[in-house]
Amino acid sequence: MGWLNAVVQGVLLGGLYALLAAGLSLMFGVMRIVNLAHGVLAVVAAYMGYFLVDKLHWPAFLTFIVVIPVMAAIGYVLQLGLLNPALGRGGLAPILVTFGLAVVITNLLQQFFSADTHSIQTGTIATDSIHITDDISIGVFSLLTFVVGVVVIAGLQTYLSRTRGGRAMRATSDDKDAAQLMGIDNKRIYARATAIALAIVGLAGVFLGMRTQFSPTAGDATLIFAFEAVIIGGLGSLWGTLIGGMVLGVAQAVGAQINPAYGILIGNLVFLAILAFRPTGLLQKAVNS
Amino acid sequence: MRIAKSIRVVAAVAAVGLIATACGNSLDSNSSGDAAATAAAPSGSAAASGGATATIKVGFVSAETGPLAGFGEADKFVVDTMGQYFAEHPISAGGTNYNVEIIQKDAESDSKRAAEVAGELINTDGVDVILVHGTPEMVNPVSDQCEANQVPCISSDAPWQPYFIGRGGKPGETSFTWTYHFFWGLEDIAAVYQDMWNQVSTNKKVAGFFPNDPDGQAWSANLPDMVKANGYTINNPGLHTNLSQDYSSQISAFKKDKDEVLTGVPLPPDFTTFWKQAKQQGFNPKIATIGKALLFPSSIEALGDIGQNLGTEVWWSNTSPFKSSLTGQSAADFTQAYTDATSKQWTQPLGFSEALFEVMAADVIAAGGPDKQKMVDAMKTMKVSTIVGDLDWTTGPVPNVAKTPLTGGQWRKTAAGSQFPWELVIVSNSIAPMVPTGGKVEPLS
Repeated sequence: MGWLNAVVQGVLLGGLYALLAAGLSLMFGVMRIVNLAHGVLAVVAAYMGYFLVDKLHWPAFLTFIVVIPVMAAIGYVLQLGLLNPALGRGGLAPILVTFGLAVVITNLLQQFFSADTHSIQTGTIATDSIHITDDISIGVFSLLTFVVGVVVIAGLQTYLSRTRGGRAMRATSDDKDAAQLMGIDNKRIYARATAIALAIVGLAGVFLGMRTQFSPTAGDATLIFAFEAVIIGGLGSLWGTLIGGMVLGVAQAVGAQINPAYGILIGNLVFLAILAFRPTGLLQKAVNS
Repeated sequence: MRIAKSIRVVAAVAAVGLIATACGNSLDSNSSGDAAATAAAPSGSAAASGGATATIKVGFVSAETGPLAGFGEADKFVVDTMGQYFAEHPISAGGTNYNVEIIQKDAESDSKRAAEVAGELINTDGVDVILVHGTPEMVNPVSDQCEANQVPCISSDAPWQPYFIGRGGKPGETSFTWTYHFFWGLEDIAAVYQDMWNQVSTNKKVAGFFPNDPDGQAWSANLPDMVKANGYTINNPGLHTNLSQDYSSQISAFKKDKDEVLTGVPLPPDFTTFWKQAKQQGFNPKIATIGKALLFPSSIEALGDIGQNLGTEVWWSNTSPFKSSLTGQSAADFTQAYTDATSKQWTQPLGFSEALFEVMAADVIAAGGPDKQKMVDAMKTMKVSTIVGDLDWTTGPVPNVAKTPLTGGQWRKTAAGSQFPWELVIVSNSIAPMVPTGGKVEPLS
């Protein structure tokens, strides 16, 4: 039963990873930007949530109505002001910009919030669970995170494949010059994509802040798992990111079942195996059309 | 969406690079954040007693940023306070008045960086002595640098086993020449924790939640033998990797064994994740004593209501019965001064950080000046009563180490309207009876 529990908990953890990785996946898919500031931006969102709950005494789940739009606005401005100018200067420039941004934001957070760890208090939902058998209990919060992760990925996929804005985004992604000839303003499309990506980061960051505690430097560990989920699933594929998150979550949970020291290691090994034997990721082909 | 192949390669390379940086602990690679707090006295004041005037350069290394920043959080206050104190009271030794120049360096919670800044202090700044504190990750590399460069080093905030044995020292056989340390050891932790466990009726089965890092390795290797005599068995399902996100396997192992006591030395975020999952999955020990993760008020605030009565070791508190040999301030006065200056609740490293300066000053006086060889010679037989207790390097478990008193505490919510939401109540003083307790051990609800 221990193994079954590990798989169940791993799948639920995968939902969190997918939620964290969705924005990364979208930005890469549309603009080929590897956003190294992704993790620290999630931490910024967590601080926003913390501020609203702890200082202004908002209910935890109401914070989304502020955090998500603010993060989206930050994304829009970030893309227009910083990333678009960097895009024309080779593949490395945007990566370096986001890397610098990560360092700057981390240090700013440290300056304003100190190194103290914080957490967003959610009350009893943090410890409530659904009892299935004596060996398996599903945390209500873990389940909620998982459901939100799936809904976000499904919603984003629907937006990309069914709506006019989504089609413009895909067109820009496939061939930005041709899209421009058709009258699409690729700079605006990019800004919109980053806004959506950061809105999701905002959602993910608040969930992260509710789940555990965070400090200004917590972004690194977040980024690494999100990145692995994206690569395992297939770069630029959203369903792939969901699958990738789950594969990573299950690998870590099952690895820890073998020995707690192997949890993260086995997750990393799965990631390396994918890079070595199927560098396009698990689902890359399926979404090419 | 189709992806150009070259981009994929870039992404893959970036991904691998990312793993490398993440494993290296932090993304930042710049060396900003070094602050030089100089406290040169006005040249006239020191000459008052008639002696000659000189300056002692003191290097101070701690983690002000990064994951270990909680340990260095109070250091800006301590360095400012000490700088001010020495500006008014130069150290008088061997007929000379010494102004104290404190050069503070941030090791950024990174061992390699700690060794690097120690090297800078020695080679560029030419310091006479280095002070360092805050986990073996900070203390050991700096001490090693000092030993190699023959500069006196005084350190604290790391149990003596990882400090001494972890650096290749063999108790009873070898000792270090240039580096001296004061703190408690794992034997004290075992004694304090068992005293706390004994006050609650349990089946004596202990869940061991240890990480795969120097602290976790030392604890998991030594605690089982240390608690055996009292009938406790430690159930250790294996050492977990720091910053893991899922602890279901340990929790099910603890549940299966029906453990009623919980102990361990995890990182703060990992304990939060673990404890929430434990509650979700129905692991409810009767008593928990957790090292490292629960040292700071911010960690317990992050846990919220499920933090009530979680236990931890207390090295120093606002109720410690000791006084500073320099300023004469009691622990209560000093923590109050810290709160007044920063609006923050006191933390345990605060007192130890101050005590480093007390030991340094006592050492300079005993050596008759900042002569490096004389300073380390004086340390061998140093006895000094500091704000963290009476330190005596002649009675330590190994040469180079003086022990400090250790007690145990539980976190409790304060009454409504208090300045801070949680307080650390001392509930066990079996091996340090001079420290008053503030309450009795209470089982977890």
